[in-house]
Amino acid sequence: MAETKKGKKRDLFPGTPTPSSPRRPGRRVYMVSGGVTKFAKAHPAMDFRLMCKRAFDLAKAEVPNLTHAMIDGSRVSYFSDHFSRQLKAASMVQDYLGLNPRGSVRIEWGGATGGECFQAAYEAVASGRMDLCLAVGYETMSRVPTWKGNEFIALASDTNFDFPLGGFYTGYYALMVNRHIYEYIRRRKFAHVKDEREAQRLSVEYGTRVMAKVSVKNHRNALYNPYAQYPKAIDVEGVLRSEMVSYPLTREQICTMSDGAAAVFLCSEERAKELTDRPVQVTGVGCGTDTMRLADRPFGKVLLNPKETEEEYADLRYPGVHSFRAGRSAGLEAYRHAGIEDPNRDLDFVELHDAYSSSEIQTYEDLGLCKYGEGYDFVERGDPFLKGVDYGFDVPKAGAIPVNPSGGLIACGHPVGATGLMQAVFAFWQLQGNIQKHFGSERLQVPHARRGAIHSHAGTGSSVTVSILEAR
Amino acid sequence: MPRKPLSKSQKFPEVHERLKSEGAAIFVDREGKESLYVLSPYQIDYVHSYAEDTPFFLGLAEQRIRGSRCAGCGYVYGTPRGHCQFCGEPTEWVDLPLSGKVHSWTTCHFGSEAFLKETPYNLVLVEFEGVNSLLFSRLKDCGEKDIYVGMPVEARFAPEPKFSITDLWFVPASKTGGKGSR
Repeated sequence: MAETKKGKKRDLFPGTPTPSSPRRPGRRVYMVSGGVTKFAKAHPAMDFRLMCKRAFDLAKAEVPNLTHAMIDGSRVSYFSDHFSRQLKAASMVQDYLGLNPRGSVRIEWGGATGGECFQAAYEAVASGRMDLCLAVGYETMSRVPTWKGNEFIALASDTNFDFPLGGFYTGYYALMVNRHIYEYIRRRKFAHVKDEREAQRLSVEYGTRVMAKVSVKNHRNALYNPYAQYPKAIDVEGVLRSEMVSYPLTREQICTMSDGAAAVFLCSEERAKELTDRPVQVTGVGCGTDTMRLADRPFGKVLLNPKETEEEYADLRYPGVHSFRAGRSAGLEAYRHAGIEDPNRDLDFVELHDAYSSSEIQTYEDLGLCKYGEGYDFVERGDPFLKGVDYGFDVPKAGAIPVNPSGGLIACGHPVGATGLMQAVFAFWQLQGNIQKHFGSERLQVPHARRGAIHSHAGTGSSVTVSILEAR
Repeated sequence: MPRKPLSKSQKFPEVHERLKSEGAAIFVDREGKESLYVLSPYQIDYVHSYAEDTPFFLGLAEQRIRGSRCAGCGYVYGTPRGHCQFCGEPTEWVDLPLSGKVHSWTTCHFGSEAFLKETPYNLVLVEFEGVNSLLFSRLKDCGEKDIYVGMPVEARFAPEPKFSITDLWFVPASKTGGKGSR
């Protein structure tokens, strides 16, 4: 049972309290700078220390008043020890950056490693422990073959019950989206079709065509982002015709493995005033979790956002394997913290964890950009598209709330420990109105961007972070 | 004996190839900067324990699928766990039905290195009557075009158990025509 504002008890389902944070908000925290290396299939002439140094130097050069002595410590993120075969690699980053003997700790939280690192640095400043904290992250995935890399990643699934069956993350996400399609397309759009198999075939065909549009959006946005690994003027047919990896996900709907690093400086209000006249405040942080095994996900009631009612989801069993309760929970916590009532109205853009075109659509719903079940229509209407980019099809509502204007993971790449921090850097540049300066083109600048969200996601949705950034 | 000069390449995949045969190679970037690469093999035998999940894996050898039921709230788990995720009470072992329905599915045409040779293979989450959560498994004897959500399936067991989750898999049920899912 959870207390609502009016003191009425609402039974969500056993063991799922409504997220309520922050209990005490702590000090105000500002982002004053960020830097990223280009994300690439491989950076063979750099190891992880040098990549982090490059991102760090870029971030530092943006704020000339930031002296080395001002940096109180760091939070360093990378996902897998397997990729670099170097334990304690975070210490080597701290070391290489010349930050000893200041405080530092390594952050690992699966695919959400970068997002969690951002929040760890936030906490260091909000708590008063540091006035200025560096968050820096990287991954070097090029050192093993792609399919071996997939195996390492799949070890982030239960090794008793899940991994030995054919551990493969694209397979897990394909399972989830097939159920999402069943819940929201088969049971709604094709409810009139009597033949079960025919109805499901039509539903998948419909759903994958919409998913392909998400892939086109992200690949084409990335044409104007020089840091992106995989920009491509692809069309819907090209996405659908690319190799089938795990039904119904084709290769162009899946992010790639990457080398890359990203760095972010977070600081107190006082420090921010010394360092920049265009600070961005971190006004909300949220983190949610769910069961490691997909098979353990409950079938209960929807974790409602303020705009939803129990009645409209009376027939929906939640989260099942179709939705990410961790993402919903992280979003609710961050929104409450930032005072956001309606994310669709109150956010100007979102950089979210589109490891798959399918999970981008699922995440629109978790984050309340639209209601559960409306993710496909949200794409068809064009809400998450940018106005100034040619996608090759009509996007009537383009610009409503651009999602992944940078190109997201699908087109920028996904060097895991850097990814969530990369989102922070791109969001920061958006909020400073500095896209032209950093990308060499205004094309991806969201006009009048005042407030954005970044979303970092791990496992099959076993942990998710959401952070809110606002121009000040 | 002086060593044969190291291979140099501006293409990283070529460096990978050279490493396999020569043990070391040099990557040269656009500015002519050289990076030395060596092969670093990594192999280990882990001693993997099923610990509190042990009865499930021993059960497979007896052609039983063992789930668990919470002694506190009565929630029945299709994948067993020692303690309930809702109330924290210990669970007791129960036998699950040997047939169920496809809750969701996919066919993998690629996979992790360890499973590449088995592609294409089908993964399914199976729902059972009277059971609150699901079980993850493989579905055999059918292809991508045959599978649908709600499809009735039944369990098969490895004649010679290897004490892995792969000792169990599902096949399409002999009685077909089931409709819909929970």
